[in-house]
Amino acid sequence: MRFVDEYRDPAKARALARQIASLCEPGRTYKLMEVCGGHTHTIYKHGLEAYLPEAVSLVHGPGCPVCVIPMGRVDDAIAIASQPGVTMATFGDLMRVPGRRGSFLDAKAKGADIRMVYSPLDALRLARELPDRQVVFMAIGFETTAPSTAVTVLRAQAEGVRNFSVFCNHVTIIPPLRAILSSAEVALDGFIGPGHVSAVIGCRPYEVIAREHQKPVVVTGFEPLDVLQAVYMLMRQLSERRAAVENQYSRVVSWEGNPAALQVIDQTMELRPSFEWRGLGDIPYSALKLRSRYAAFDAEERFEVPGARVADPRACQCGQVLRGLIQPWQCRVFAKACTPERPIGTCMVSSEGACAAYYNFGRRHRQAQKAGQR
Amino acid sequence: MCLGIPCQVDEVAADQPQTAWVDVGGARRKVSIALLDDEQVVPGDWVLVHVGFALCKLDEAEAQATLELLEGMAKAYQDELAALARSDIA
Amino acid sequence: MTLAHGSGGKATQALVQAVFVEAFHNPRLDPLEDGAVLEVPETATNGRPRLAYTTDSFVVSPLFFPGGCIGDLAVNGTVNDLAACGAQPLALSASFIIEEGLALADLRRIAQAMAKAARAAGTEVATGDTKVVQRGKADGCFITTSGVGAVHPGARLSIANARPGDRVIVSGPVGDHGATVMLARGELGISAQVASDTAPLNGLVAALLDEAAAGTHALRDPTRGGLATVLNEVAAASGVGVVLDEAAIPVRTAVRGACELLGIDPLYVACEGRMVAVVAPDLADRALAAMRAHPLGAEATVVGEVTAEPAGMVLEKTAFGGTRVVDMLSGDPLPRIC
Repeated sequence: MRFVDEYRDPAKARALARQIASLCEPGRTYKLMEVCGGHTHTIYKHGLEAYLPEAVSLVHGPGCPVCVIPMGRVDDAIAIASQPGVTMATFGDLMRVPGRRGSFLDAKAKGADIRMVYSPLDALRLARELPDRQVVFMAIGFETTAPSTAVTVLRAQAEGVRNFSVFCNHVTIIPPLRAILSSAEVALDGFIGPGHVSAVIGCRPYEVIAREHQKPVVVTGFEPLDVLQAVYMLMRQLSERRAAVENQYSRVVSWEGNPAALQVIDQTMELRPSFEWRGLGDIPYSALKLRSRYAAFDAEERFEVPGARVADPRACQCGQVLRGLIQPWQCRVFAKACTPERPIGTCMVSSEGACAAYYNFGRRHRQAQKAGQR
Repeated sequence: MCLGIPCQVDEVAADQPQTAWVDVGGARRKVSIALLDDEQVVPGDWVLVHVGFALCKLDEAEAQATLELLEGMAKAYQDELAALARSDIA
Repeated sequence: MTLAHGSGGKATQALVQAVFVEAFHNPRLDPLEDGAVLEVPETATNGRPRLAYTTDSFVVSPLFFPGGCIGDLAVNGTVNDLAACGAQPLALSASFIIEEGLALADLRRIAQAMAKAARAAGTEVATGDTKVVQRGKADGCFITTSGVGAVHPGARLSIANARPGDRVIVSGPVGDHGATVMLARGELGISAQVASDTAPLNGLVAALLDEAAAGTHALRDPTRGGLATVLNEVAAASGVGVVLDEAAIPVRTAVRGACELLGIDPLYVACEGRMVAVVAPDLADRALAAMRAHPLGAEATVVGEVTAEPAGMVLEKTAFGGTRVVDMLSGDPLPRIC
């Protein structure tokens, strides 16, 4: 497959691995945060860590838009979906995320009309096909996905579709990164920046991280060679004592981003003064809601939602994983009480959550390590 | 939110606004090109598709440049390995 | 279809004659006794053979899809389960639970497809049953088939028999059926040149066992859950590891494309016309040759190897040069956007 296979060549990987190793200063370890769930997925799916020297470790950040949704918001969504006459349309990623009393799948089994869609446009089509139902689209995602929701709302308005609304849980990427850096809990050396968010927002928004926090950021693609090349570029900056924003994913990302996408987000949405992030607490101006002139399409205006704050189960350490404080296998319930079949927190349920990715792909590496230590 | 797939534009819809058909390895899907408003999209173009929307066009020149860079590194590495092998004292 | 068709009276009789006897028509079925009496053939060397017995239910939606229909799955699925036991089918049964309102023409199409599939497998539907339920209580049509088969005299098959060093062979590209049905549901708006691979594999298995029965340790058809699930079952039952070679696993381009778009791993997508064989290393080449000589095994290929460690786990050497764990699925593979 073009634009995919070429970036999976093991020979190039070996060359990059060697370059990365040669940039490691003796006695120093490096912690690089990969922000995006897609990068976590790539790293584990291709066994990328095999190419990194011991001194370099990759830490998972809060870039999983499913993982960071607090349980209370999941409950809210299920409450809407469970109302008579409502058909909720959602991405597959959300189906197994646990709320306080079960997941979307559980609610579906109890009779809620919840359908999986691939695109917000599919949800709008459902609304046209089911004029007697209230179709609610569960909108999640960073700035990558927000423009698609925005275009869909504008289409609904232009076509006069009255039985369509959006439960907006879009979040933005820079505030949680700054929150993590400001908390100074983790010593991070640099960031593998989210490639597809950046296709929309460009590279400029990351400059504040390089400038104010003195950490290099490399905007990265999703093939294994992309990620390895990004590690190399970060290591090179670190060895040169630089902290700048670089674009590894230049075949997709432009410095200014996608102006049409940014315009359509701005037209339909505004930042919420505050939003609760699972594991990170309240972060100001970090999430989007529909502007009041589009209130007709806002599910929060149309439906009663409980809006309760629900604390994570006590055993759950998702927050620490999301902040990069611990690795999945360091969570006290990982692979014991918390498994993909019986997840306690969303890091395990969402297929791109660090724990699920690690459980499914990476367990072996640690087993071997542990065996070696015995 | 990450799953963006490079797809090739097969056909731009004549009858539906801002719509195109894309192909990836023989699987075909209708996508919205509303976010590529400013750009001209023609069959043969490569676009990045995410949740049924084309987010941007793929820049083939940049893709080539990245690959050449990686190729150069790989070659340098191979040359070194070869030199190492040659210099082995039997 | 109306509820009267299921009541057991004249309407039922008429339906059974017009649709099922018309399609399946054979001496064991036609008298419409309560059951079929089977003659079990003696083998040349071993007297009476061991019998294999299996059952399966089919609830696929949509009923018709590129490459076949629920009827094909119902017959081939049972034939293949018998084949996985090393058995050739002696007879099949077919029970129908039909939803009120299903078009008679559709039922006829399904029955005809089943008859054709049974003939292709060298067997027939010898007995059956029909029930009709109210609208909304069945997805058009549910079919339960069972089958009895005669086991190949040389067969010593079990998922607990895999040994370190065994080769894992798959008879053809994986994921065709699951990808086809997912797309045929139409909800995801993707079209592709994919078709179900549904096919009867008893002939392929006979060819394989004739050549390499002594070294064939396990046979399994990778239906729900795909190749990954079947191999996890073997690894767990045999207490061995399985290491797959990503580059060796055959996947049709169109299936790969559809799976990429959906964010689904072809390793977990169902097949309905493929067999996985775990074969001792000294007989692997002959096993492969025997499979490739058969039309349904032309693309058979070695995809991995059984190892002692890590016991109970399936690993994959990625084309990129790393290793990943191929775990059991928790539920259905769900399309992802992330």
